[in-house]
Amino acid sequence: MSEMQDYKSRVSDPASRKFETFSYLPAMSAEQIRKQVEYIVKKGWNPAIEHTEPEHLMDNYWYMWKLPMFGETNVDAVIKEAEACHKANPNNHVRLLAYDNFKQSQGTNMVIFRGKTV
Amino acid sequence: MAVKTYNAGVKEYRQTYWEPEYKIQDTDILACFKITPQAGVGREEVAAAVAAESSTGTWTTVWTDLLTDLDHYKGRAYRIEDVPGDDTCFYAFVAYPIDLFEEGSVVNVFTSLVGNVFGFKALRALRLEDVRFPIAYVKTCGGPPQGIQVERDILNKYGRPLLGCTIKPKLGLSAKNYGRAVYECLRGGLDLTKDDENINSQPFMRWRARFDFVQEAIEKAERETGERKGHYMNVTAPTPEEMYKRAEHAKSLGTPIIMHDYLTGGFCANTGLANWCRDNGMLLHIHRAMHAVIDRNPHHGIHFRVLAKALRLSGGDHLHSGTVVGKLEGDRAPTLGFVDLMRDSFIKEDRSRGIFFDQDWGSMPGVFPVASGGIHVWHMPALVNIFGDDACLQFGGGTLGHPWGNAAGAAANRVALEACVEARNAGRELEKEGKDILTKAANSSPELKIAMETWKEIRFEFDTVDKLDVAHK
Repeated sequence: MSEMQDYKSRVSDPASRKFETFSYLPAMSAEQIRKQVEYIVKKGWNPAIEHTEPEHLMDNYWYMWKLPMFGETNVDAVIKEAEACHKANPNNHVRLLAYDNFKQSQGTNMVIFRGKTV
Repeated sequence: MAVKTYNAGVKEYRQTYWEPEYKIQDTDILACFKITPQAGVGREEVAAAVAAESSTGTWTTVWTDLLTDLDHYKGRAYRIEDVPGDDTCFYAFVAYPIDLFEEGSVVNVFTSLVGNVFGFKALRALRLEDVRFPIAYVKTCGGPPQGIQVERDILNKYGRPLLGCTIKPKLGLSAKNYGRAVYECLRGGLDLTKDDENINSQPFMRWRARFDFVQEAIEKAERETGERKGHYMNVTAPTPEEMYKRAEHAKSLGTPIIMHDYLTGGFCANTGLANWCRDNGMLLHIHRAMHAVIDRNPHHGIHFRVLAKALRLSGGDHLHSGTVVGKLEGDRAPTLGFVDLMRDSFIKEDRSRGIFFDQDWGSMPGVFPVASGGIHVWHMPALVNIFGDDACLQFGGGTLGHPWGNAAGAAANRVALEACVEARNAGRELEKEGKDILTKAANSSPELKIAMETWKEIRFEFDTVDKLDVAHK
């Protein structure tokens, strides 16, 4: 049994901030992101991209990057928009979400480009 | 119309209450009873007696029967079936006209359906297996205060099950020490923590001090992690007045969710509290203490699927459902059956899952099933596969028993959960590849690694497609 470790999380340490789903895993690789987009498309959900300044992490409403991509099934097109959003807002958190219009909710929602946390 | 005349005396029930040719109305409440009769009593007579005693009948004819239109109000036994594999009992199906019951009153429905009839002498045992609530009746009930989708929006949790934990030891902590345990769990990555059901307001920890300290824990964990957190503040109380007082205080603190024990507290208190939650924008977690007294005996009592339906009507956003894992494989099908009854909009009759009737909930919101008890990180792949996203997974000992403490235990569970969801989305088969998925995730999480060493590996031997078609017991 290895030695007891301190749990390194501090209010004062921006590295302690999380971003809900998948934020306890290492940042996703391009290949992993592609798999998640494929999952969303396969579910028949509508992909969307949003971003925010890290200090407004907990707000419900982040900035929409254009409109949700209704009916978009081309995985490359979705990834292209996410990358464009990230490039235009390099310090912001960028999340990929999926609108499920039958449940009138989000099927999933995950930060795929992590900004500079505060 | 034929005029009926009064003949005093005892009449066979079947003459009035057995109607095999009865045409079921869309508005009828239908019930399936498993009846174990006394020796020498005919099936049709017992079935008719159950219909009578749970609706308009009594043991003898009374003249006041003739002052009403009994045909409009009486319950009717309309079908009898063998119970597969058990000759001591049989299924009887009874139809009750909707006008027998007060609108929106789970209390009134159950006072009739499981009232005096359960002590009836002609029966050795009686079990209510399932009830079909017609949409006309469903529409008179409030149901879950918020429902699954609204809870996700309030708590900002999408695309995965919720992750929780019950704080232990269940009795004896001071309020401040208790708040410490909550804080450690939440900062480590849990979404929610829970008051144990036994904790109400005992001398060692009064409710108000607990709520105040726990709220500080929630708020600090939110600032620290940037995520939304909650704790089920148990407002179960000796009287409704006291219950509302505690609920009002929880609301004044700005906490998102409170908790109630719906069977020991009772349907009247529960329905009232659910209405209060709906009016006040609060989420409601429901515990089910006493359920095993009612639902465990296969020949007597009420099956849990009926208690689950009753809760969905009475109101609650979470309900404990059992974990499936660690139990016999055969338990999977009926558990998944009542899990669907909690959260889906329309559930088809399916005897292989113990569902006796089509159930249409219309637009009534769904309830999160809560899987809690005896589970740890090794169970995560199976739990995610069985329950899907719309569930709350609660690891009590599996969080608090971590060798490095609650925060590390919480982080281990959160990493395991997210690794499983990510792998599932990527098309991997969780129950076959679980070990590989968890082992890989542990490479970047020392907390998960030590948790996997602490708790025993369970075997991943289930087929991905569950063998649900076992014979109904």
